[in-house]
Amino acid sequence: MNAYWMEAKCEFLKTARMRSYSVSTILFPLMFYCFFGLAMGRQQMPGMAMPMAHYLLATYGAFGVMGAALYAFGVGIAVERGLGWLEVKRASPMPPAAYFLAKAAVSLAFGAIVIALLFTLGALFGGVRMPAAQWLLMGGTLVAGGLPFCALGLAIGSFAGPNSAPATVNMIYLPMAFCAGLWLPFEFLPKAIQQAAPFLPAYHFSQIALSILHAPVHGAVVGHVGALAAFTAVFAGIAWIGQTREREKMYG
Amino acid sequence: MPVAELSGVTKRYGEVAALGGISLALERGELVALLGPNGAGKTTAVRILLGLARPTTGHAAVFGQDPASRKARLRRGALLQVAKVPETLRVREHIELFSSYYEKPLPLAETIAAAGLGGIENRLFGDLSGGQKQRVLFALAICGNPGLLLLDEPTVGLDVESRRALWARIRGFVARGGSVLLTTHHLEEADALAHRVVVLNHGRIVAEGTPQEIKARTASSGLEDAFLAIVGQSEEMAQEVMQ
Ligand SMILES: Nc1ncnc2c1ncn2[C@@H]1O[C@H](COP(=O)(O)OP(=O)(O)OP(=O)(O)O)[C@@H](O)[C@H]1O
Ligand SMILES: [Mg+2]
Repeated sequence: MNAYWMEAKCEFLKTARMRSYSVSTILFPLMFYCFFGLAMGRQQMPGMAMPMAHYLLATYGAFGVMGAALYAFGVGIAVERGLGWLEVKRASPMPPAAYFLAKAAVSLAFGAIVIALLFTLGALFGGVRMPAAQWLLMGGTLVAGGLPFCALGLAIGSFAGPNSAPATVNMIYLPMAFCAGLWLPFEFLPKAIQQAAPFLPAYHFSQIALSILHAPVHGAVVGHVGALAAFTAVFAGIAWIGQTREREKMYG
Repeated sequence: MPVAELSGVTKRYGEVAALGGISLALERGELVALLGPNGAGKTTAVRILLGLARPTTGHAAVFGQDPASRKARLRRGALLQVAKVPETLRVREHIELFSSYYEKPLPLAETIAAAGLGGIENRLFGDLSGGQKQRVLFALAICGNPGLLLLDEPTVGLDVESRRALWARIRGFVARGGSVLLTTHHLEEADALAHRVVVLNHGRIVAEGTPQEIKARTASSGLEDAFLAIVGQSEEMAQEVMQ
């Protein structure tokens, strides 16, 4: 049991001290929210059911949580696998699950930190008001929504090389965030992108988060939850293939 | 029961025969040095005993167990060549983490002292010199109080002084009843440490014996000359077999 706890603790310390990780996962979503969510202020945008500061709280929350998971898993595993550290751990008596559980716990923890800071900004400067229960529900949903992206990160990290992993993650993460309407409201995007969005897990994630704000969402929430579950299964399957391939290479 | 055992182990990577059938047994309290030119199969042999690679044919065991089993891993420590160790953990944190994997680890202070890390245990790994990093890896290998150490080129990149200090630590481990299999390119290292030297070439054992026996066999005064003579002979033999 102690090994699981120590693994999570060390994973957290290690990750928190990596400036590249803390900056890209914490600072970027907050900065973007300030630019787009707060600067455009409380005014009602044409064709939108709620002020930008409200809408973007949900979508930048989703953006931040996704980043925390994708970088921790996608980049973290690609580097540790590719440069031999994972092998040192595999030769040790580390419980194999401890490694992945610790990464998941740290991804969710950083997701929670981003959400807490974002909510503070929204409440203090964005004029966002909600009953406590709604804040909590939205925060909890956003943090839990990191899990499918842990699976996506695991899939990327099981294939990507240590040097190319950050670029690979960014190439998937950033366009997906944009096309799912996380940066700018979905309604503002070109029609073609809107039609393709259901093929992106980030779209379903943001629709679930928006539904908690009582924003009008596309499709039923159950459908979005189901879609995310399906994506998670697919990503886990891809990761499994990658890990198996790795083992076969080792065992030749 | 030997502490570690390879019997008739071959290992193929596609076309490459990394190991061509080697048998090797390591007894309690024994230090065996694996020597051989680049690509001889030393690392492959170590990886098989670590459960990181499976023999294509033949059998490997650590304390009578499958090398990949948890029982084997709990009684074994390893120092591998690794390109990058997480740099943002402190020395102490690295050791505490690996200690937590074992059932009866050494007390932290003892590991720190045994690996010569006193005074730098609160530094981040990334801030250490190459030799200090190597000492941390040695600490991770011994922190679980294992009965067997597998060391793949443990003194690579160390200056003379650090190398001798690490030798003393390895000798200390053996004196307490531990067994060690180490690979090295430094012949004087094998001479200074090993009870038995095993020379590999092209995945086969071409000589085996105490450092004295190996030297006597080729009438060489130093192990280095003996090594070159043995590897040279085995190359000639291989050519004859081919023709
Ligand atoms: N994962 C692998 N895939 C393919 N070939 C491999 C793999 N690992 C080792 N080999 C090959 O097996 C042979 C033995 O390699 P090994 O690493 O065991 O040599 P070594 O004795 O440790 O060499 P060095 O002194 O350079 O460390 C080499 O020809 C190497 O190219
Ligand atoms: Mg080697």
